[in-house]
Amino acid sequence: MSGLAVGSMYALIALGFVLIYKSTKILNFAHGEIIMVSAFICFYLVSSYKVSFWLAVPITMALAGLLGVVTERFVLRPMLGEPVFSVVMVTIGLSIFLRSISGIIFGHDNYIFPNPFPTEPLNLGGIVISHTHLWTMVVAVVLTVIFFLFFKFTRMGLAMRGTANDQDTATLMGVNVRKVFALTWALAFIIAALAGIFLANVMVLNIGLTFVAISAFPAVVLGGLESVPGAILGGLAIGVIENLAGGYLEQIIGGGVKDVTAFVVLFLILMFRPYGLFGKKEIERV
Amino acid sequence: MAIRSPTFKESYYEDIKLFQTIWIKFWVAVLVLGLVLLPIIGDPYFVYLVNLSCIATVAALGLNILTGFTGQVSLGHAAFLAIGAYGSSIMALRFNTPFWVNLLFGGGAAAVAGAIVGIPCLRLKGLYLAMATMAFGVVVEYLVITWDGLTGGVRGMNMPKLAFAGYSLDTDEKMYVFLLVITGLMLAAAKNITRTRVGRAFVAIRDRDIAAETIGVNITYYKVLSFAISSFYAGVAGGMYSYTIGYIHPEHFTLLLSIQYIAMIIVGGMGSIVGTVFGAVFIVVIPEFIKLFAQGSAKLFPFMKDRYDEEWNIAFFGLLIMIFLIFEPGGLYSIWTRIKVSFKNWPFTY
Repeated sequence: MSGLAVGSMYALIALGFVLIYKSTKILNFAHGEIIMVSAFICFYLVSSYKVSFWLAVPITMALAGLLGVVTERFVLRPMLGEPVFSVVMVTIGLSIFLRSISGIIFGHDNYIFPNPFPTEPLNLGGIVISHTHLWTMVVAVVLTVIFFLFFKFTRMGLAMRGTANDQDTATLMGVNVRKVFALTWALAFIIAALAGIFLANVMVLNIGLTFVAISAFPAVVLGGLESVPGAILGGLAIGVIENLAGGYLEQIIGGGVKDVTAFVVLFLILMFRPYGLFGKKEIERV
Repeated sequence: MAIRSPTFKESYYEDIKLFQTIWIKFWVAVLVLGLVLLPIIGDPYFVYLVNLSCIATVAALGLNILTGFTGQVSLGHAAFLAIGAYGSSIMALRFNTPFWVNLLFGGGAAAVAGAIVGIPCLRLKGLYLAMATMAFGVVVEYLVITWDGLTGGVRGMNMPKLAFAGYSLDTDEKMYVFLLVITGLMLAAAKNITRTRVGRAFVAIRDRDIAAETIGVNITYYKVLSFAISSFYAGVAGGMYSYTIGYIHPEHFTLLLSIQYIAMIIVGGMGSIVGTVFGAVFIVVIPEFIKLFAQGSAKLFPFMKDRYDEEWNIAFFGLLIMIFLIFEPGGLYSIWTRIKVSFKNWPFTY
């Protein structure tokens, strides 16, 4: 059960990756940094400025969205039309830049996030679960449904899919690619902010939060990079696998197996089914 | 009589000559002379910096052969460095073998690991390859920590000082000569790889792998070969590292190190040997300037005092990667070429 709870966290993170990949064909390596930064923003809003938690969340989301637009404008926009390698490397550069800057600003201490939810666990017919985990699952599922419908039925969703498929053609067809990009990054950063707030609730708040996003890579790949439901299922599966490995393998091999299992799984998936469970197999034309 | 341009070539072999003009030979000679004189006239700290640059150059050369020439992204370069470093340290500590055996063993072990990683990665490209190599890096880091019977785990490993023909190379100055010679050999080898059949096959795969296959380049063979060569370089660099620093620890070989090497080849210039050297030296030297800057600004603004730490360097590396990719994708090498050309053609623009 706690595997599912962790998994829903991964799913929420994976959703952010998928959103960006689905409309821009970029894997954003800086996602974890946004998660961490927005968790810190929310923390400071609540603890230093005494904003109530329920007000702090929308403020954080708005700030994250703004950060997304700014990032897109100054870092990603100049890279429009460049090879994938360069764009990915730019996000890696952005990621280590943001992480060190946060290290300088926020320091390396651990903080306890003020928990807004009741602390005593819920008991749902024999299944014991904490409020935070329940909320994470609910939010993850709701967001998935929203985005699934968004990509499928709205005009903007169609524009995003078109842009991902072929930027040049989309531009020719009258899609405002710049607007699509800006909106995508803003949305993805907002989701990252949500994930960050939940994560900080479950774990301690420190710079290390960024590495959770790296652990979510296997979830994204397992689900398929461009599949919204796949992100959720992949996240849940990886969460469960990790916990099982922690429970069973750790006695045989030794400590730390839990953290590395996901990467072994990632390696295996990439070897046998690189496009994931729900992703589309790409056919390459010369 | 036709006027011959300075870059007039009559045959293909002239075009791929190692030293294009007599002037390049001259400048290389000047550089070598300068490097030889450095420990005599220069500050010991410079010697130490050159040592670090040598290690970085060899490792970055490996990554550039894989990423810059063959076009295969790797986020796991540090893992091969770790394999080389631990491989050569274990040989030196357990079997007391001479240093060249250790370095070759480290390089060989890394090359075998590289080929093993390369085979499953044949199907992968771009993003997926980046993730696969990153996963490999994480797994190797984990293995190094867990397998402490062999690697010393989180306690790290002490490396004995290097002994060469009875002399112990116990100071930076003595290591300097040794590292320079190895780096020179590795540079010459890389330059020669890239101008032969193998190197051209690599470039063909980078530019369009399917087209390369249709004209008869054996993609499987050359991709695995590229992985193996690149890892060999990383392994040797790892061995050099453990000899120079004298102590290795799993924390030295994290994802951050891989990103640092990527920064080197991006800043220096992808697919350029000279550029790799530029990039490696640049990334090694830049923290010194940041330190100077931080100390200088501390005099002006008191609140800046003692604020400097490693984070600044890393933040700056990230910034450098972004700036170069956005404004100067060709790296320092293309800036250098541009300056050279504009001097050569002065007073004309072209």
